[in-house]
Amino acid sequence: MTQQGADRPAPPSPAMLDVEIWRGGQEGHYEDFRVPRDENQTVLDVVTYVQRHLAPALAYRFACRVGMCGSCAMTVNGRPRWTCRTHVARVIEGGRMRIAPLRNLPVIRDLVTDMSTFFDKWQAARGRFVGTEGADAGVGHEPARVRPASPERREADAAIECINCAVCYAACDVVSWREDYLGPAALNRAWAAWNDVRDDDRTGVLRAVAVAGGCLNCHTHQSCTEHCPVALSPTHSIAGLKRASMQAWLRGELKS
Amino acid sequence: MTMSATRWAATRRKPGFAAAMVHRLSGLALAIFLPMHFLALGLAFDESRFGAFIAWSDVSIVKFSEFALVTALAMHMAGGLRILALEILHWPATATRWIVSAFAVGFGFGLLFLMGAVS
Repeated sequence: MTQQGADRPAPPSPAMLDVEIWRGGQEGHYEDFRVPRDENQTVLDVVTYVQRHLAPALAYRFACRVGMCGSCAMTVNGRPRWTCRTHVARVIEGGRMRIAPLRNLPVIRDLVTDMSTFFDKWQAARGRFVGTEGADAGVGHEPARVRPASPERREADAAIECINCAVCYAACDVVSWREDYLGPAALNRAWAAWNDVRDDDRTGVLRAVAVAGGCLNCHTHQSCTEHCPVALSPTHSIAGLKRASMQAWLRGELKS
Repeated sequence: MTMSATRWAATRRKPGFAAAMVHRLSGLALAIFLPMHFLALGLAFDESRFGAFIAWSDVSIVKFSEFALVTALAMHMAGGLRILALEILHWPATATRWIVSAFAVGFGFGLLFLMGAVS
């Protein structure tokens, strides 16, 4: 077997990596660890090494390790990131790395946060499909035809790939300012739901998001868009909801 | 140590946050400036007092303040254009900041040039 990349220069990184990891709950401290440095190491690899070899009680979450499940988001050197797809080489600062749980969510222990609020808000933003009511719903009906090139389908497509990692929620300043703010992920989901023309209660989505703590509270800092690991743009979705809400309000559809 | 106290600055080292802050602070500066501006205009009813004000406004530090105000005005307008582009025109959120940054720089320099040409 030929040795691939044999003429590549050796990585400039040191053989060991200094890592600080948050230990404890909301109150706690950073604990120092030294971890062997590999060329193709992800942040999740580092955390896993620490748990397997240095601190077996370290609590953290992960599942798929390939950027699909959205479980492993943490704060790395101050920024929320999906750790399984974040290479250490990209985020290391001065040979050091500081890993903490996600911001804006209560810390359960070490790197694990309580994500209940995040998902409750997802529900509150009415991000689920509402079909035609009744036992005979759909019987004898033609399936809805949604053209792939229709504007609604395109908007839904752009918003639909969210992996629920809560990176945007942790990056959002408005979430940190007001507890009732639904947050970028829930609003992005609501935008996808509103663009589903098969939905039986699209105005219901706007009623859920055009409230105190809803889409109109977004300050357009764009932190969600800038941090989203799968390159979605919740800012764009929220702007769409603002516009749709305004139009619905002018038509008198938001009156209860 | 409390978790919330430890992780603040880094998520804000991004253009979107900077744009929002510039918009907000320049708006504040303009809000403070406008009443003073109308006060100065009110002086125009009394020719001698207005003349004294004009003479005072010729001092370099006042000139520099005018430069700061013009910049604030340009930046505030650019910030407003950014919001309008995102929310009314529904432009993609990622491209907007570059376009509007260009607007800000261009308009800022334009106004500076205008100031230089007038005075």
